[in-house]
Amino acid sequence: MRSHPSWVRICHWLVAASFLTLAVSGFLILMVHPRLYLGEVGNDLTPAFLTLPISNNYLPSELQPAIVFAELPGSPISAERNYEIFNKNGWARSLHFLAAWIFVVAGIVYLAFGFATSHIARELLPRIRELAPSAVWQDLKDHLRIDFAASHAGPGYNLLQKLTYTSVVFIVLPVMIATGLTMSPAITTAYPVLLDLFGGYQSARTVHFFGFAALILFFIVHVAMVIATGFGQQLRAMTWGK
Amino acid sequence: MTTRSPISRRAFVAGMATSAGLALTGCTQTEPPTYGHVLRMGDLLTYKAHRLLLPAHSLAREYDYRDISSVPAIGTTNPADPNKSIFNKEYGPVYDRLLANNFSDWRLIVEGSVTRPGAFSLADLKRMPSRTQITRHTCEEGWSAIAQWTGVPLRNVLQAVGTRPTARFVRFDAYDAYADGIDMLDALHPQTILAYGMNGRDLPISHGAPLRARVETQLGYKSQKFLRRIVVTDHFDDDWNIRNGWSWYAGI
Repeated sequence: MRSHPSWVRICHWLVAASFLTLAVSGFLILMVHPRLYLGEVGNDLTPAFLTLPISNNYLPSELQPAIVFAELPGSPISAERNYEIFNKNGWARSLHFLAAWIFVVAGIVYLAFGFATSHIARELLPRIRELAPSAVWQDLKDHLRIDFAASHAGPGYNLLQKLTYTSVVFIVLPVMIATGLTMSPAITTAYPVLLDLFGGYQSARTVHFFGFAALILFFIVHVAMVIATGFGQQLRAMTWGK
Repeated sequence: MTTRSPISRRAFVAGMATSAGLALTGCTQTEPPTYGHVLRMGDLLTYKAHRLLLPAHSLAREYDYRDISSVPAIGTTNPADPNKSIFNKEYGPVYDRLLANNFSDWRLIVEGSVTRPGAFSLADLKRMPSRTQITRHTCEEGWSAIAQWTGVPLRNVLQAVGTRPTARFVRFDAYDAYADGIDMLDALHPQTILAYGMNGRDLPISHGAPLRARVETQLGYKSQKFLRRIVVTDHFDDDWNIRNGWSWYAGI
């Protein structure tokens, strides 16, 4: 059993605080327009790929009077589906981006230390022998039986743990950052390749939502495992290092 | 298109550095204020980072005719409607009278830090060089739409009035209660236009008739509708959005 290095502990809590802020502010932003689309275009006048039953905004146009959107015979009508009370984007967006700055800085510090000290190679990347079918099967069985007798705080992670951490750090989070940037008009003006990469602004927004869902799932399982393996000792290990 | 913005990033960065020096002397506001508010500091960080790191000459993606979509009209859909919360008591009724005349008496006032302030009729603006672009409107709420916009590049209007070398910001005043602005880099961007046409027709009332801004490098709320006046300023002018808790810079 080894303890968490101090830079891991600092980065962990910075990331944890900014992640929770990003999740809450991101959810508030989603509440303003809880409809998801694919491609470049999606709005109240086009069909949604997925409509989420959060906030009243997804309800049809009873909320505000419908207006004709162009003064032509037979023009489609549009209605804002928002109650003003649900649009907290003035501060929710600014808070989201402020938290994103802290998140990205903490993430860069973590990766820099992680590679420089070989922490990532040593502790996070699975070894070849761990990927042998019998070893994978054994680790799966241990998890399914909820048998954490050998569990402890700090590195010396098991296979599923390593695979979870590496896929969050090297797949989900980079996709979240890239899809987030793809929603910025200034950034796609400079780098339109981002729009091609994700198949358009709305597709990037939809991928960003599913990334959020995956991270929430990770967060719930992560906290559940911390509790299952000794909340006090885990918290002490990540805070004081012992 | 290979149009280049007349000010380089280097010059702009140098300008920012100079303005930081001015700010130290404590006389005037040369960048968006933060009011000591942590969220406004984050906005300012994002704005500075974009200006420092993003190339200044890129163009926003332009689309094909077949990509044109329906565009919801939100916010003010008629400035003459007094029941809207963003009704302008002074200029709402004026808009009603201009509309009755099909905007023939409408003039766009351009003034401030310029050598030849002017008032332009729609016909004047239509005689100037025009630009037509099919671009994506991206709302802060999360929806998007694609439309074709026709108008005069703001840079041509600014050239006509002769902006002074000290000019740094452009503020838009409208017939509703909104007022918002952009910096000179976005103002001189070749795709920043004052649009009088939408999808091959005159701009509809619900989309900002007779004239609206199109700022393609930022979110939809910077593309101000129902333009009444453009004020060129040397210093940041505290405007509607930032006073109401919204980020002045909306490139993200």
